[in-house]
This record gives sequence, structure tokens and C-alpha cells, in this order.
Amino acid sequence: MKQRISALFLGTTLALAAGGTALAQDKTVKIGVLTDNSGLYSDLGGAGSTLAAQMAVEDSGLAAKGWKIDIVSADHQNKPDIGTTIARQWIDVDKVDIFVDVLNSGVALAVNNLVKEKNAIMINTGAATSDLTNAQCSPNTIHWVYDTYMLANSTGQALVKAGGDTWYFLTADYAFGHALERDTAAVVVKSGGKVIGTVRHPLNSSDFSSFLLQAQASKAKIIGMANAGGDTTNTIKQAAEFGIVSGGQKLAGLLLFINDVHSLGLKVAQGLNFTETFYWDLNDGTRAFSKRFSERMKNKAMPSMVQAGVYSGLIHYFKTIDAMGGNPHDGVKVVAKMKETPTDDPLFGKGTIRADGRKLHPAFLFEVKKPAESKGPWDYYKLVGTTPADQAFRPLSESVCPLVKK
Amino acid sequence: MQALYAQLLVGLINGSFYALLSLGLAVIFGMLNIINFAHGALYMMGAFTAYFLLNLTGIGYWWALIIAPIVVGIFGMILERTMLQWLAGLDHLYGLLLTFGIALIVQGVFQNYFGSSGLPYAIPDYPQIGDWRGLQGGINLGFMFLPIYRGWVVIFSLVVCLATWFLIEKTQLGAYLRAATENPTLVRAFGINVPRMITLTYGLGVGLAALAGVLSAPINQVRPLMGADLIIVVFAVVVIGGMGSIMGSIITGFALGVIEGLTKYFYPEASNTVVFVLMVLVLLVKPTGLTGRAA
Amino acid sequence: MSALTDDTIPVTPRAMRDEMMVFGAMAVLLALVPLTDIYPFFVMQALCFALLACAFNLLIGYGGLLSFGHAMFLGTAGYCSAHALKVWGVTPELGIVVGVAAAAALSVVTGFISIRRQGIYFSMITLALSQLLYFIYLQAPFTHGEDGIQGIPQGYLFGIFNLSKPTVLYYVVLAGFLGGFLLIFRTINSPFGEVLKSIRENEQRAISLGYKTDQYKLLAFILSGTLAGFAGSLKVFVAQNASLTDVHWTMSGEIVLMTLVGGLGTIFGPVVGAFVIIAMQQYLAGFGQWVTVIQGVIFVACVLTFRRGIIGEIAHYFRRSL
Repeated sequence: MKQRISALFLGTTLALAAGGTALAQDKTVKIGVLTDNSGLYSDLGGAGSTLAAQMAVEDSGLAAKGWKIDIVSADHQNKPDIGTTIARQWIDVDKVDIFVDVLNSGVALAVNNLVKEKNAIMINTGAATSDLTNAQCSPNTIHWVYDTYMLANSTGQALVKAGGDTWYFLTADYAFGHALERDTAAVVVKSGGKVIGTVRHPLNSSDFSSFLLQAQASKAKIIGMANAGGDTTNTIKQAAEFGIVSGGQKLAGLLLFINDVHSLGLKVAQGLNFTETFYWDLNDGTRAFSKRFSERMKNKAMPSMVQAGVYSGLIHYFKTIDAMGGNPHDGVKVVAKMKETPTDDPLFGKGTIRADGRKLHPAFLFEVKKPAESKGPWDYYKLVGTTPADQAFRPLSESVCPLVKK
Repeated sequence: MQALYAQLLVGLINGSFYALLSLGLAVIFGMLNIINFAHGALYMMGAFTAYFLLNLTGIGYWWALIIAPIVVGIFGMILERTMLQWLAGLDHLYGLLLTFGIALIVQGVFQNYFGSSGLPYAIPDYPQIGDWRGLQGGINLGFMFLPIYRGWVVIFSLVVCLATWFLIEKTQLGAYLRAATENPTLVRAFGINVPRMITLTYGLGVGLAALAGVLSAPINQVRPLMGADLIIVVFAVVVIGGMGSIMGSIITGFALGVIEGLTKYFYPEASNTVVFVLMVLVLLVKPTGLTGRAA
Repeated sequence: MSALTDDTIPVTPRAMRDEMMVFGAMAVLLALVPLTDIYPFFVMQALCFALLACAFNLLIGYGGLLSFGHAMFLGTAGYCSAHALKVWGVTPELGIVVGVAAAAALSVVTGFISIRRQGIYFSMITLALSQLLYFIYLQAPFTHGEDGIQGIPQGYLFGIFNLSKPTVLYYVVLAGFLGGFLLIFRTINSPFGEVLKSIRENEQRAISLGYKTDQYKLLAFILSGTLAGFAGSLKVFVAQNASLTDVHWTMSGEIVLMTLVGGLGTIFGPVVGAFVIIAMQQYLAGFGQWVTVIQGVIFVACVLTFRRGIIGEIAHYFRRSL
């Protein structure tokens, strides 16, 4: 007990001393990669996200400038409970400064609250919910890669413009699916299209034939899949079986990742339209990074946009704290500085971070190549449209985030 | 009305998977008194075996239908010999927990090596006779477009289910089996190797799961967790049918498929829950399932 | 059923005294946790699950009823407490009352439906009921689907104890756990508990002795469900969120695992089991993809080598009931 009190005392004096003089020179950073390592989304984030974080540390060159940067990673098992307990322990015991990845909306929203309470930082690159920069926005959180609003906006608009003016939704029956459907339907209607029906399927269904038959009977030109992961890939596979695409209807994936396309194979996935903000084969910068990345991955996979976001977000974070001359261990302060500084990295190009924490960059509409057009594994996408950064995301005028001054 | 026919037919197709899986579960429960929670993982292994056969050795779908159940069945028999047999005579809970642990291990290992998104497996396109390209393509039935593959699944699984029922309920071998579970000591006195019969039975049940896995590979993505979500539903089917009843689980499997199909049409959100509503209702009226014996 | 708790050691005054001593030691050890380097939030979470497992154990270990749906009580109380605290803005004590009352009401209804079924069919009907509740919570708008209820205010218990201070929260959770544990402990050693055990051993005989066994079982079910709900309400203050994972069937499975690892039908087993499983989830999280495999290996090893559970094996070794 006595020891403990003296330790406390010592700690306080040290902290006081740090507050006075040593603050600017504190060059230690701890990064926490909180992700799904063992479940449904482990291909999107998982070990690849940890690798991306390592590469960001190596490429930042901060070690040469005297910085000491550590990475910890853990599996939140897609449970908000486990996610917050790990995050809390990381902050309290391991002194983690910044969280990256944090895919799964439920976990992300829980960690978002905690990070705000403890004044840490979260660069979220994995969760889809646009609430992170809207109703639940926080001065400690930056949402980096994508969100439901952007996906809906880009895919919905482009397909209506291309003549797909009648839509039928196949929606996963949970909050994420509903948000995606609601946002897309709004865009479709605004662009002059019409929604003629919707069917909601339970999460993790294995059979989609009943739902597909209903979609087929609706005669809609576009079948919008407001679901994710295994649900989407099974839908696509079974749609091919039931001759939906050959019957003249078009499938639109509202959230698809390159890993999904890879697992489906081009034969089944060809012709799909969907939106991503990163693809490995966009330009020299993305190609160089992706090549290095895939060489270090166990299964030689190319980076997903979630993993690319981890790299890009951390590069910006390192630049910011390096410019500040030291780590103040003050989330609000660092995030504010990050928002002031324009972003620039080889993966997402030049960009900015908005007051509500939304990172802005262009959104790309891709079409999956036909097997004959592909030159080999991972050569999957054709770029068919680009939404500029300032139009891709929810305009601030529609935002309810209290950080946005109106 | 046409849409309804289509839903009924599609439901029947799904029902055939439930029937095959719950049949294996019922056989294992009936003969070994073990609630095999690893069934979903073994189903997944069947699908993966088909994938490996095709991609590593070039052996296609038709052979996989025979080879995969044998390979996975042997794996199951090894499990039974090394672990499950030690649980004979203990409460169900231990078997359930052990097989649950096995399922975690198997799924974890597959996930480590093959990721979570899964692997592709195509519908077989041979033999090619005239316009027929294996099981690819479909037939327009007027009220719906029926993929040939789905039709094949219903017919094939129906045949397998009935053959299994016949084997266990109507043959000499089946009679020994049933006798061995009722009174192993007595049957052993007749010079029958009871432990070996039990191992073979487990292999048979596991083989049925693997067969369902191969059948579903061309329809569903071959994913490490493909069986994890299914197991609890299949489990419910066995309970509704009456634990351990072969015919009960076959009929319930197909019936559940149809009822689910109708739910998907009228109240799609509840289609994964309807089985549990059914289970509560059945257990309230018939305490031991539709055809079950006492617990 | 006999294989589950095969060592029925008669309760002697000496055994009672042993148990009280172990209980005292446990309480003192737990009270000392904030003075050590052990992370209090980990222990708090484990305590909530320990209480949950103890409540579950009351039903299986002493009533012979294996519920495979106990997550429904945990989740129901969690959601109701969370909603009351966040949306209605009630005080913490009222929040707990709302949650526990909801769990109690649910256990009355589900108890009536399930209690007449036996063995595996009882397990299955509880599983089915909990799946129905899962569906309801998925559909109900107030739960916010898979996003869950987030950022629940902790507030001041009885207007004095500031629950946002980890140490204060720790002792409140500890007090809640010890209170619940004592209640279960008293129940087991009461005449009511004796009747329960006799029903577990031989229901027919208990009936012939004139006991209305269904009423006893129903009462045990309600007590177990209500206490599980209490654990769920406490957990809301620790985790500050309520989510669908708490109502999912895998949670019910975890409760069974905790109890079994610790020792079915032992008094302290569920507590040890809960700590082991929660520690596994937290500390294996760093092992990345191997978490599920390691968990699986532990379960297999547990069933094959120490079937009585950790405490059960120890008790068996010393020929004591613990």
C-alpha cells in the first residue's frame, strides 16, 4: 500500500514535470489496430490492417527522427463489449494514442464514445455507418475511407444516369442494410429514378433464391444489394444461377470489396457495378504500394480499401505530429491539427478532412471485368466513373453534427 | 399465385439441405447419443474437399460427390476413435461441448489458411450431351426459371435420404445397429463388434454432412463459416422431428424448407426465426417432438 | 442426468463452514483488486459474467435444468436498463430496477412455457424462446439493431456514488456480485434448495412425497432468470453499451461453457469459469487469428481431461463440496 502511494506520488511528479518541460519532446506513439481477426470481415481488415500500419510506420521515416512507435493489435470478435474492454485497457494501461481500422459499425460507435471520453484518437477506416460523422460525430474521430451515404450517392446516381431508373432492393435486415437502402433510395428518387420494391432478408442467410425470385418478378432494371460480406457474395452467385443478369436485369453492389470479387471469381462477378475509394491498379503510387503490400501478405492478397485507409490515415497522422514536434497525447488537439493540414499520400491522393471528421477524397465507380479482359489474378476492375471529392460525401448543409458551425 | 408456386419449389430445394444435414445429425444422435455440434464444420469440410479435389488434382464434381464424403467420413471416424468414444455413457452436454470445441478448431484452422470471404466453385458443365452442359443452365417452368442444378439437388438428396432410412430401418445391418444402441452388451454377446459399428455410424452421419457440403458448394460460396450459421437451424429440425428419429428429421427438413419459403414471401425478415416459432409450438403440443421418444 | 454432478457430497456443518471461509477469502481477494495492477474493468466484466453463470448454475446444478437461452435475460435486462438510463434519464438504481423487473417478468412467462419439458427438450425450448427474443430485439427500433445502445450515462448511484469513477464502479459491481452470490448460496442451503436437489435426483420420488415439483422448478427458474437479469443490468454500467451479442445464442452457449469449465453444480465453479473464459477472450485477443482455435482446444481438453471442471476436480480431490 505504502509502495503504491509512493508510486502514485512519483507518477504525479513525473506528470507535472512532463506538463512543464518535457511535453514537446515526447516522441513516443502507440497505435492500436482494433479489427476483426477471426470472423466474417477478417479479409477486409485483420492481419492486413496490422501490416498496413507497420508499413506506414516504416515509410513515415519517423524512427530516424528519434520517434518510438509501437503497434498493438487485437481481435474484437465483432462484439462491442469485447471491443470497448480492449480499447479501454489499451488507453488506460498500454497508453494507446490512436485507434485504426475498427471495422464493424457496432464496435466503431462504441469505441467512438470511449475515445471521446478518454481524449484519444480514432481513424476509422472500416465501419460503414455515416453516423460517425453525423449524429455521433466527435472531435476525436476521423472517418477515412467510405460510408453508407457516399456508397449510395455514387452508385445510385451513376446507375440512374446510365438508364437504370427502376430499382428493387435486396436489403440485409439490420441497421447497416436499412441505412444503405434508405440513402440509396433517396438518391435514386432525386436523380429521377423509381424504387418499385424491396425485400429484407435476415443477416447471414445462406439461400437467396426466394428473394431473388421476388426481385426477378418485379422486372426492375436494377437490383440493389444493400448487404455485405457473405450475404452479398452468395446473392451474386445465386443470381447468376437463376439467370437474373442474363435476363436483362443488372445487379448493383452497394458495398463490395475487392476481396469479395476475388472470392467470387470473374466468371460470376463480371459486369457488377459498385463504388470504392481505392483500387490497387489506379496509378503508379497505388501500384507501388500494393505490390509491396501483397508480397508481405500470407496469401499474396492485394490491399482492400480498409487496409489502404489504415496506411493513408496513419501517414497523415505521423506528418501532423511530426510537424507538432512531439506527441501531446491530446486527441482533440491532434485531430484539430490534422483537420487543418491538407492530406497527401500515394494511395488516396490529395484530400482534406472536414470539420465533422469526414475525410474527403474522390469516389470511383468500378465495373468488374469480363474474364477475357483480365490479365491475371487481382486484375478485376474497370474505372467507369469518378465522383469528385466535394460531391461524393454528405454535404455539410445536411449534417446534424454539432461540430459543424452553421 | 405463380409466385407462390415458385416459392414453394425453392423452399423444397432448401429443405433438401436441411433434410440431409438433420438426417446425419439424427443418425448420430440415435445411435451414439451424441449431439454433434461439429456437424456444420464437417459440412463445410465437405465443400472444401470438393474445392481441393478440383483445384489441386483436377477431380471434378461427380467424383467429389463420392470421394469427399469418404474423406470427411474417415476424418470423422478418427475423431470418434480418439475422442468421442470416451464420452459413452455420459450426459449429452459433454458430447455437445466436445464437438463444439472441435467445430471451433476446424473452422479456425480453415479461416487461418483460406480467409473469410470464401472460394469459388462452379456448377459442373459435364457430361455434355447435345444441348446439355452438365447441370448448368435452367428450364423455364412457366411460373419460374428453375436452374437444373437445383432440380438435381432435390432429387439426389431425396434418394440419399430414403436410402439411409432404408439402410437403418429395413436391413439386417440397420437392425444390428439399432440393437447395439439399445443393449450393447447383449449384441456383443452375439459376436458383433459394437465399437466398430458405432465408429462406422458416426462416419456415415459425418459423410452425409460432407455430401450436403459438396452439393451446396456450387450454390454457396465455399467459406469456413458456411456451416456455423446453419447448425442451429438443423439442430432445431432434429428436435422438431423428434430426437433420433430418421424419418422424422427427413420429413421435418423438407417441411421446414417449404414453411421457410412461404415466410420469405409473406414476412421475409422472420424467415430465420420461423423455425424457432415452430419448435416452441411443436414442443408445447408434443413434448418429445413429432415422432420422438422420451428424453 | 446423474453424470453431470456425480459427486453428491452431503452438506455437513463442516462443509458449510469451509464454503463460508472460501467465500470470505474470495470477497477479500476481490476487494483488494483495485490496489493491484490488475485492470479493474476486466475484473468488473468478469464479475458480471460470474454472477450470470452462478444464476445459470442454480438451475442446472441444483435443479437439473439446462437452459440454453439464458442470454435472453442478460440481454433483456441490459436493453431495458440501457434504454431507461439513456432515453428516460432515470437514476442508476432505478435503471437497475427496470432491467431486473423486465428480466423477472420475462422469466415468469418463459418459465411457464418451458418448465414442463424435460432434458434436452427443456434446453431446446429455452433456446427457441431466446431466438424469438433475439428477433424481437433485432426488429424493435429502440435497440438500434446491430449498432446497439451506445454511450449510456453512468450517473450517481443513490445520488452519492459517482459511477464514472472506475474504483467506485468497481466496488458497486463487486457489492452487486457478492449480494447475488450470497442469495444463491442461501437458496442452495435452504429447505427450498434441498427440495430442488431432490427433484434433480429423482423427480418421481419428490412428487410421491407430495412436493409440487413444477412449482419448485418454476420458482428456481424465475430466481435464476431474475439474477441473470441483475447481472445484465450491472454490465450496462461497465460496458456502457447494450448490443445484440448479449441476446445471441452464442452468448447462451458461452454461459454454459463458463459453468462447465469451472464446475457444474459447484458453488464457486461458475465464478472461476467466468474469469477463465473472459480472460481468454481478452488476453487471447492479441493472438489474432488463432483465438478460436485456442478456445476450441481448451474446450476439448476440458471435456476429455477434467470433466468436473476446475473447481469440481479440486473439490473431488479433497473430497469437499465447494
